[in-house]
Amino acid sequence: MSDGFHVAYFPGCTLKTDARDFESSALAVAGALGIEVTELTRWNCCGTVYSLDAANLMPRLASVHNLIRAEEEGFAEIMTLCSMCYNTLKRTNNLFTSKNTGLSAINDFLCLNPGYNGRVKIYHFLEFLREKIKPEQVKDMVTSPLAGLAVAPYYGCLLLRPREIAIDNPEKPEILTPFLSALGAKVIDFPLNNECCGAYQTTMHPETVARRAGRIISSAQSEGADMIAVSCPLCHYNLSALQNVTASRQAGPKAMPILYFTELMAQAMGLDYKAVTPGREAVK
Amino acid sequence: MSRLGVFICHCGKNIARTVDIEALREKVSTLPDVVLARDYLYLCSKPGQTMIADDIREHRLDRALVAACSPRLHGKTFAQTAQRAGLNPYLLDMANIREHCSWVHIDGAEGTEKAFSIIKGSLGRLHYAEPLEPFQSPVTKRALVIGGGVAGIQAALDIADSGYEVYLVEKSPSLGGRMAQLGETFPTLDCSSCILTPKMVEVSQNEHVHLLSYADVTRVEGNIGQFQVTVRLRPRYVDETLCTGCGDCVPTCPVVVPNEFDQGLGARKAVYLPFPQAVPAVYTIDWDACLNTDKLIICENCYKSCEAGAINFLMEPREITFEVGAIILSTGYELMPVAHIGEYGGDEYEDVIDGLQFERMLSASGPTGGVVRRPSDGRIPQNVVFVQCAGSRDPEHGVPYCSKVCCMYTAKQALLYKHAVPDGHACIFYIDIRAAGKGHEEFVQKVMSEERILYLRGKVSKVFKSGDKLVVWGADTLSGRQVEIEADLVVLAMAVIPSSGSQKLARTLHIAGDLSGFFSEAHPKLRPLESNTDGIFLAGAAQFAKDITDTVSQAGGAAGKALSLMANDVITLEPTVSEVEEELCRGCGLCASICPFGAATMSPSAKTGAMVAGINPILCKGCGLCAAACLSGAITLKGSSFRQIFAQLEEMV
Amino acid sequence: MKIILGNSHPQSFWAQKIEALSGQKLFACYQCGKCSSGCPMAESMDLLPNRVIREAQLNNAAALMSCRAVWFCSSCFACAVRCPKGIDIARIMEAVRTLQMMDGKPATEQPSCKDTGTLPQIALISHFRKFNM
Repeated sequence: MSDGFHVAYFPGCTLKTDARDFESSALAVAGALGIEVTELTRWNCCGTVYSLDAANLMPRLASVHNLIRAEEEGFAEIMTLCSMCYNTLKRTNNLFTSKNTGLSAINDFLCLNPGYNGRVKIYHFLEFLREKIKPEQVKDMVTSPLAGLAVAPYYGCLLLRPREIAIDNPEKPEILTPFLSALGAKVIDFPLNNECCGAYQTTMHPETVARRAGRIISSAQSEGADMIAVSCPLCHYNLSALQNVTASRQAGPKAMPILYFTELMAQAMGLDYKAVTPGREAVK
Repeated sequence: MSRLGVFICHCGKNIARTVDIEALREKVSTLPDVVLARDYLYLCSKPGQTMIADDIREHRLDRALVAACSPRLHGKTFAQTAQRAGLNPYLLDMANIREHCSWVHIDGAEGTEKAFSIIKGSLGRLHYAEPLEPFQSPVTKRALVIGGGVAGIQAALDIADSGYEVYLVEKSPSLGGRMAQLGETFPTLDCSSCILTPKMVEVSQNEHVHLLSYADVTRVEGNIGQFQVTVRLRPRYVDETLCTGCGDCVPTCPVVVPNEFDQGLGARKAVYLPFPQAVPAVYTIDWDACLNTDKLIICENCYKSCEAGAINFLMEPREITFEVGAIILSTGYELMPVAHIGEYGGDEYEDVIDGLQFERMLSASGPTGGVVRRPSDGRIPQNVVFVQCAGSRDPEHGVPYCSKVCCMYTAKQALLYKHAVPDGHACIFYIDIRAAGKGHEEFVQKVMSEERILYLRGKVSKVFKSGDKLVVWGADTLSGRQVEIEADLVVLAMAVIPSSGSQKLARTLHIAGDLSGFFSEAHPKLRPLESNTDGIFLAGAAQFAKDITDTVSQAGGAAGKALSLMANDVITLEPTVSEVEEELCRGCGLCASICPFGAATMSPSAKTGAMVAGINPILCKGCGLCAAACLSGAITLKGSSFRQIFAQLEEMV
Repeated sequence: MKIILGNSHPQSFWAQKIEALSGQKLFACYQCGKCSSGCPMAESMDLLPNRVIREAQLNNAAALMSCRAVWFCSSCFACAVRCPKGIDIARIMEAVRTLQMMDGKPATEQPSCKDTGTLPQIALISHFRKFNM
């Protein structure tokens, strides 16, 4: 990572709609911590999921366009907030840095000369925090500590798997722990914090996903969590919205607030970020 | 002018199928200096060898070439034939026209042409061959055994019982190794320590065995027949000659630490006897745990309580050196740490334990007195889940190999658990059951049918805590269903890995390890007891994971190998070793730095006093690395000189 | 159902296709079942993940083409990080999905854009992408 702290911010679809709080809180936190973030002037969907078809290169083009634009705009680094965008962009970029025959095919198809070669680095916001910001810095900026609040970080899948893009130990992630501790919260480590929430199955099989979500929430609750901190809009939706689905309630958990980790940071640091959606504000 | 004879083998159809022998023979017979070219169906047969010998004598051949298989297979056979015919064996060479030619060619014309080219090259090489004489080296009739588990005990006793002296070096305070830790053994359910203890006592009473416990082998120099060994005796701070083994020191010691003999499940004092049957039966002060340091004596409780006056805080490490003719390595194994497989939670949850810890629980002398209690709260577990292949057969996260003993000991542990807790439930996750030993399959069948242990075919994906239970996520691939079990105790059959000091020891001894760190045998089929360094033999799990039966067998075999070496006063060694031409050596030391056997060393020249390379012919294996690396061309590998190799290449290309 | 294996049978046709599409070594799988043990969606699957691989090894086109399990895979890669042989099972699932799509008869209903309610885009688009849309 460069020391300039100047990076391109890639929002992705949901950060501009359902997850606006995630974006505004993250940008407020980044600003307060001195991380200069500039949104890419032109960006498109990352492709949402990294296509697993080894033979077909077409689904990679959406991500490639973003990587090329970042380079054109003079950025060496892209930061994402959404776990899914991180996963998709990072894996696509890895295609260019590994010995892959598809590389030249993509460059030829896009008529690029010289071709893109994987120079842009992809980071998730959490990696920036870990590498560039000391938890003490965060602690010094806390104005309303989350004292007495038990927060369970939930990492889900896409920051941890597959292994080559993992930002932390896939079986025992703890990248958020020092930062939540710095906010004054009690950090709850629970065994299902790296389990899948059910992801897009929520469109067709909400009951199944609700059962999963219920189990994840129960696990956090039984370890004493008051709330769950997430970093993915889809996890956020599955864990929060589906709490109303009967199946989830049958699994036993009480209502559990689900917040983006940046929301907790912004609130503890007393940062004024965009109007909080009703029902989201948990720290009082 | 030399008189060359060429003998071409058909090897039945193996060579003749692809190579036109007759055409080849005719072509070869026209080559310069070839006075005789013959072919035969099987040259390695008795009539074949007789023919070669007769021809050598009759035609006064001064060099002979056998074009047949690889010299690895029959090099010795034909060398002996030459010897019998009065020809120096190093003037008979082999051209490999089977593995290098007929086996890899389909087309006859191509094969024949290549065979000719190989023979022509070999003749070129043979032209510059020189007669060589094997040399002899004396044998010290004494052996060293490193590692005092059941393998080392067996090997030492076998050697001692034959009347030879043997040093047995053990790094821990007592003999016994892993076998002393086990409860009962499969498939007979013999009490492990009951059958081992008498052997340990025998070692201590045998006048031919010098037992050096709490000691490390720090240096080994020399070579087969005469190894100079240095052993460092760590201070026990208890005088072995005075300690009566009464144990009065123990209650007074204020320091409590985990007991490694109980795999950390129980506790011991800083002054301790690892277990009641320990040999030697003397106490040891664990200096790292003791309150005292080399500079400051804080606590004298044990000193005061010892009526024999055996405690000595000023004891220092001691080094002893001796010479042996043979070495046996029996350094055993350990289990891969449970923390290694993160998804099984072994580093987080006290009630996720490994197979050796469960053995200690089952042992009557163990930390729970033979009652199965889970570590977290001491409760008797009602649901026990055993997980096989934890780290084994897992090239991605663990080791690629099968650890060989887990299927059997897991079955045994499940049975013993059921006997201890009759109303308890045990199930075993397995991938395949490997029960190939005598009585092994029958034992597993008994565990299934009579103990009603549920075998679930699938590998566990995750173990995590929920309340005071451990949730195990597994699958039963036979029914095609996921399985979730709430368990009280999870026992992981962790992969067997070489004991932690073995890498260092391999370097000390200049021997090779395999990719997994086990000591490499000289040949996987035909020399499984020998390391790749002559005079160093292997026994037990140091070579690869194995059970007690196989370990004892191998230890007996290794002892036999050492004995047959020591039965000779001298040994005869191959002369195909490297030689330094001192005048050409520039003293750079490159050869010494790359020689894998420690045979190349630098020392001042007797003539000039400058540093020059020297090769110890007894240590040299004739690999030729030094000769290839030498910047001044000062080193020649006898039998494969540059002149020979270049002549061979010139003739071939 | 009996499987007929023999020289006259184009035995490895489907297995080869799946290997090409997924880039994974099908025959590296020794059926330990660890993928199935930890799969978050397995309870909804008609065939467990290890069985999908097995059917591919057996070249059992009928089982593969009617398999609904592949559509329940949420591509969480829990199987991939834990597989002892380093097989990315999620890619094999994708390969079978692709084959079903090529066949024109995916063994699932397609999500509809109508009545999406409060679903976030990320859910809809990632689901559509499974249909190569």
